[in-house]
Amino acid sequence: MKNLWKRGGMAVVALACFAVFALLVPGFAAPGNLADVLVAVSTVGIVGCTMLFCLAAGDVDLSVGSTVALSGVLAGLLLQQKFSTPVAVLVPLLAGALIGLVNGIAVARLGVNALIATLATMQVVRGLAFLASGGGSVGISDAAFTRLGQLKIGMIQSPVLFMVLFFVVFGLLLSKTIFGRNTLAVGGNAQAAHLAGIDVVKTRICIFVLQGIAAALAGVLLASRVSSGTPRSGEGLELAVISGCVLGGVSLTGGVGSLAGMVAGVFILGMVRNAMDLKNVPTFWQMVASGAILLAAVLLDRWKNRRT
Amino acid sequence: MGQQVAVSLRSNFERSETAEPARLHSRTFMVLDAKEVAVIRFEGVSKSFPGVRALDSVSFSVPGGSIHALMGENGAGKSTLLKILSGAYQPDGGKLVSGEQTLQFSRPSDALRAGIAVIYQELNLLPELSIAENLFLGHLPVKKCFLDAKALQRASKEALMRVGLTLDPKTKLGTLSLAQRQMIEIAKALSRNARVIAFDEPTSSLSSREVETLFSLIRELKTQGKAILYVSHRLDEIFSLCDAATVLRDGKQVSTYETLSDLTPGRLVQDMVGRELTDIWGWRERKIGEVVLEDESGVTVHAGEIVGLFGLVGAGRTELLEKIYGNPRASIKSGICLCPEDRKKDGIIALGSVQENINLSARRGFSKLGFWLDERAEQASATKQIEALSVKTPSPAQPMGLLSGGNQQKAILGRWLSEKIKVLLLDEPTRGIDVGAKREIYEILYAQAEAGVGVLLVSSELPEVLGICDRIYVMREGKIVGELTRAEATPERCLELALPSSPNPNNGEPDKAESSFDSPDKQRLIGRVTPNPPRTHPLLVPRRTLPSPRREGGHEGNEWTGGFEWPGGFECSPTSKYLLTQRLGDWG
Repeated sequence: MKNLWKRGGMAVVALACFAVFALLVPGFAAPGNLADVLVAVSTVGIVGCTMLFCLAAGDVDLSVGSTVALSGVLAGLLLQQKFSTPVAVLVPLLAGALIGLVNGIAVARLGVNALIATLATMQVVRGLAFLASGGGSVGISDAAFTRLGQLKIGMIQSPVLFMVLFFVVFGLLLSKTIFGRNTLAVGGNAQAAHLAGIDVVKTRICIFVLQGIAAALAGVLLASRVSSGTPRSGEGLELAVISGCVLGGVSLTGGVGSLAGMVAGVFILGMVRNAMDLKNVPTFWQMVASGAILLAAVLLDRWKNRRT
Repeated sequence: MGQQVAVSLRSNFERSETAEPARLHSRTFMVLDAKEVAVIRFEGVSKSFPGVRALDSVSFSVPGGSIHALMGENGAGKSTLLKILSGAYQPDGGKLVSGEQTLQFSRPSDALRAGIAVIYQELNLLPELSIAENLFLGHLPVKKCFLDAKALQRASKEALMRVGLTLDPKTKLGTLSLAQRQMIEIAKALSRNARVIAFDEPTSSLSSREVETLFSLIRELKTQGKAILYVSHRLDEIFSLCDAATVLRDGKQVSTYETLSDLTPGRLVQDMVGRELTDIWGWRERKIGEVVLEDESGVTVHAGEIVGLFGLVGAGRTELLEKIYGNPRASIKSGICLCPEDRKKDGIIALGSVQENINLSARRGFSKLGFWLDERAEQASATKQIEALSVKTPSPAQPMGLLSGGNQQKAILGRWLSEKIKVLLLDEPTRGIDVGAKREIYEILYAQAEAGVGVLLVSSELPEVLGICDRIYVMREGKIVGELTRAEATPERCLELALPSSPNPNNGEPDKAESSFDSPDKQRLIGRVTPNPPRTHPLLVPRRTLPSPRREGGHEGNEWTGGFEWPGGFECSPTSKYLLTQRLGDWG
C-alpha cells in the first residue's frame, strides 16, 4: 500500500476520486457522462503535455489561453475567406509556433523572466485575437473543418483521440528521448547542463515552440468542436493547465515532472468539476472547490515528501 | 575586488581597537562573569535518523573563553551536532547542559534565547534588506507601533562596532562581501547576547586576509569569555586558533584533546580517517606524451601529465580555465572537459539521479539516431563508473543531492570519464572534501593520466598542488608568471611568484623560473618594496603580522612555536609542514 502510494502517487488519488464519484454521484459513471468528461478535459490535456515540459525545464508559459483563442479566430477568418480546410488548420498552427518562438527567444536567449515574457505575449495575443475578429465570434460552417473536432468513433470524440495521441507522444518524448532528459536536466540545473555540453538555449526555445503549436492545435480543435472561433475562449486556461500539472507533482522550480502525474492531475480536476456539475453546485462554489483541492494536493505532497 | 574589501575591513578593525579604551574595562568585567556561566556541555548526546546513527553518545564541554574545534570527515556528524546545539534537531539521548542547567530546545528560537548562536556556512541573511534590519530582524525596536528608526540606527552602529565594522547600517546587505556578511552574522549573535557561538566552516569561501580578520575577531570573542565551537576541515586553522579539539567519525566520538600543544596534525588526520595515511599524495612517475593542450596564455599540457595552476584567490585561475573550456559543446567534442569549482551551483543536478548526472554529457553518444535514449547502455555506463570510481551510493537511482561532497565529485568525474577525453580541467576538485575521499580523487587523476589524459588542475591548497602535480604554473593578476617543474617547485618559490610583491625575494639566488618572465613583470615582482604587511596564503600562518586583539597575555597555548622560517618572514603552519614532509618523504 505504502509502495503503491509512493510510486503511483496522484494516479492512485485519481482512481480513488473516480471510485468515490461513481459511488456517490448519480449519473457520473454513465458512459455518456464519462465521454463528456473526456471531451471537457481534452483542451487542458493537450496543452498540459507541453506545459509539463515547460515547467520541467524551469519555465512557465501563460500565453497558452490566448493562443487557443487566436488560433480559433484565425481558423474561422480563413474559412470565411474561402481558404481550404488544411490551410485553416496549418496557418493557426504556424501562428502558434511563431508565438512560441517569440516567447522562447525572449526567455531563453534574451533572458527575460518567463513569467513576465509570457504575461506580455498573453495580453498581446489576446488583443490580436480581438482585433482580428472585430470583438465578436467568427462562425464556422465548413463541414470538413467541423468534422475535425466533432467526429465520433463509438463514444469517443476526436479531440479525445488527439489528447491520447499527445499523451503517448509526449510521454515517450519525456522518458525515452535525449530531448526529454535534457529538459529535466535544464530544469534541474541549467548551468550544470550548459557546462556538460547541453544546448540549454535551444532546448528551451524548442519547448516554447512545441507549447505554442500544442496550444494552437487545442484552439483549432475547440473552434471546430463549437463551430466558431471566439476571442474570449481559453480565458484562464493557462491557470487550469498549471494547476493540473502542479496537482500531478510537477515542480514549478523545474527538474521534476512525469506525464502520468500531469494526466492524473488534469483528470482529477476534470472529474471534480463534472461531479459538481451533476450535483448542481453553483459555478462560484466550483471555483472555491478547485482552488481548495489544489492547495490540499500541494500540502499533501509536501507531507508525503517530508515523511519519506 | 574581494581583496580590496578585505583591506578596508582590516583597517576598520584596527581603528576600532585603538579608539575605544573605555570598552576594555567592561570587557574585563564580562570575562569574570562569563567564565562561570558561558559553558556548554554535551552529555552523551545521541541522534538517529532512519537507518543511520548520526551521533552516538557524544560528550565534551566548552568552557567560557575557549575555542573548541570540532573535526571529522563529511558525514561524521558535525552538522548534526550543530543542529542539535541550534535547536533545529532534538537529541534522542543525552542532553545539553549549561552551568547547572539542562537545556531543552524545541525550536531554534529557544536556543537563541538561551544565548546560543550557530553561524552556518550558508548565512541566514536577507540581501535585499539593510544591515540594520538584518541585525535586528525579529526584534526590531518599536515606538508606538512604528519602527523606531533612530534606536535601530544607534543599536546597529553599536553592534557593528563590536565586530570592528564601520559601515553605515543603512547599507543594503547585498552589497557587502562575503567576509563582511559573516561579520554581520557574528554581530547579530552578539547583539542577542550569545554566550555560545558555533562556526560551521566559516573560512571555506574567504580569502586569506579575510580569514585573518575573522580569526582576530574570534580570538577577541574568546577573550570576552564566549564559549566557541569551531568546525573546520583545515588542520592549520585548528592549530592556530583552537584550544581543544574533538574528533568525530561515523557519529562516534573518536577523541577529545583538552590541549593541542602536544598533538600532531598526523594524529588528528589519523583520528578523522580511522587509518594511518602514510602518504597523502601517492604520486608516482608517469610517462609523459605529446602536447594535448596549448593555450595562448602560455599553458601547455602533455598527455599523461598533471599540471597545477596555482595562485592566490582572485589571481584569475578560474577565469583562465573557463577561457580554455570556452564553448562547452565544442570543447567536449574535441575531448576537453571541465569539473567546475562550485559543485552545487555548476556541477550537479541535485534532484536528478546519480545515473542521470553521470550520463548527462555522454548520453548523446549512446543514443539511437541521436534521439532515442539507449537505457541499457546508460545503465551499464553509470554502473561501470560507480564501480570504477567507488562512488558510495545505495543505487544509481539515488538523487545526487543526497550524496556527500566527495561522492558527488567522483560522480562528476565519472560524467567525463565515460566520454573520450584528452584533457581534464579541474577547478578546486577537492574543496570541502574530506581527507580520505581526496586521496581517492587523486588516484582517479593518476589513473587517467596513466591512460594518456592531460590534467590541468586549479587549487588554492599549495601542498596539494605540490603533492600531486608534475608541473606547476603560477598565476598572478590574471597572468601566468612562472612555471616550475616538480623538482623545482618548493612552497617558497610558488608563493614568491604568486604574491603580488615579495617581501624578501629570491634570497639573493637567481630563480630559473623567472627567466620566462617578460621584464616589466619581473620589475614589478622583485623591484617594488611595499609598505603593506606581507600577504599570506591560507596555509601559512603569519606570525608577526596578525593584528592580535590583545598583544600581551593573549593566546600563547596553541601557537606553533617549533616551525621553520620562510624567506618572507612567514611561518609554516603545522599542516603545511606535515604535508610537506610527507612530500619530501615520497621523493626519498
